[in-house]
Amino acid sequence: MSWKLFNLLLEASLMTIFVSTVSILIGLFLAILLSAANLSGIRPLQWFAKFFISFFRGTPLLVQLLLLYNLLPVVGIQIPSLVTAIIGLSICTAAYQAENLRGGFEGVPTGLVESADMAGFSPVQTFFHIRVPIALRLTLPALINEAILILKASSLVSVVGLIELTRMAQNLVASTFMPLEIYASAGLIYLVINLVVATAGRQLERRLPGVGGK
Amino acid sequence: MSDNAISVQHLVKRFGTTTVLDDISLEIPRGQVSCLIGPSGSGKSTLLRCMAFLEEATDGSIFIEGAPLGFVYDGAGKRQRQSATELRKVRSQIGMVFQQFNLWPHMTALGNVSAALRRVRKMGKAEAEEKAMVQLRKVGLENRAGHYPSQLSGGQQQRVAIARSLALEPKIMLFDEPTSALDPELTGEVLNVMRSLAAEGMTMVVVTHEIGFAATVGNQISFLDHGKLLFTDAPSKAFAKPRHPRLEQFLDTYLDRGASTLV
Repeated sequence: MSWKLFNLLLEASLMTIFVSTVSILIGLFLAILLSAANLSGIRPLQWFAKFFISFFRGTPLLVQLLLLYNLLPVVGIQIPSLVTAIIGLSICTAAYQAENLRGGFEGVPTGLVESADMAGFSPVQTFFHIRVPIALRLTLPALINEAILILKASSLVSVVGLIELTRMAQNLVASTFMPLEIYASAGLIYLVINLVVATAGRQLERRLPGVGGK
Repeated sequence: MSDNAISVQHLVKRFGTTTVLDDISLEIPRGQVSCLIGPSGSGKSTLLRCMAFLEEATDGSIFIEGAPLGFVYDGAGKRQRQSATELRKVRSQIGMVFQQFNLWPHMTALGNVSAALRRVRKMGKAEAEEKAMVQLRKVGLENRAGHYPSQLSGGQQQRVAIARSLALEPKIMLFDEPTSALDPELTGEVLNVMRSLAAEGMTMVVVTHEIGFAATVGNQISFLDHGKLLFTDAPSKAFAKPRHPRLEQFLDTYLDRGASTLV
């Protein structure tokens, strides 16, 4: 296999990295909002969060992406496939991350919230300055795991017409008839990216002060 | 205004059918150290937590510097919850020190002490940290400002927790068994900080098993047993013989452990 082909795969992997990173970050933000809804004590918000999480955890990402891809034009929304891909991945990972975070929020010791109450923090301040940082630390390993899953699941966004690593590999196979070399190379690139993410995650766990860290 | 910083009136606390506090009335004089002692399960910690509204009493009322805490009574004499803003205002006069320190693990000592100054009192970072350093110096930990709680000993953590409360300039400090999680040596350093605080005239309410501290630093001793306040007296009276029979029995358990020299 020529360097030229490998370079094309590497270029496409940049799209994989970009789509995954943006989706994971948006997903994390949405997951924190879902957690806030769960903790708010406001019934309709809690129902919405529960419904959202069970729906997007209970249906396959591929089905969600296809649904989104076909639904948006019907309701008159024309957006680039890149945006469709990011919306689909973000919403799906938000549901999983919210569920991971739930355990983290439950693990925040009551005493730390009480000391925030006594210091005069409002519930919103306590949420963002005390609960969220501690919950994130407690769930960091699970969040890193989710990031790796999303990096791999991003191969599904080819169905909305985005050319990322997997789709590029398929295209190259179609024109070169070298499936073994090309798919093996694609797999190798996924592996390297995920090893970097896993290592960075472990470093972060070790260095973050507070729960788990030194 | 009366001379009392806290006034507890006919306080009742029930968990289900269990009565934890049974009609407690207690006055906490301003500028003095009031100690709540009694066996485990006597309700002393619950009483203290009610004084911070961390526990909601079932009945009765508590006044902090004359202002109702947690609940207000409307014209018809019906009890209603205070608004969150009002509660925060009354609470701002109280500092609370917990048995488990409850420092925020993701912030340094300096971060813990300055957080509320910045978020609640809306000070700039430099000003808040300067004020926080003053408090850390006061508890002898200015050289630990950059350490995270997990890098500090229990005694140091508790002193940071005291500094964190003091930074908000409370009128009253509540201590919930502040040394129960510490070994005797670390207990000493925390009690020393509390002694100097008492000497400055801070109003303090201390739930403690340190009978020696209660006897020497306390101005007022309240003895609880099974949710009832058996008596409130000056230590010279409370610990002088003849003692209240239940206190006698309670102190015997200390003597049994060979602590006769301390009592």
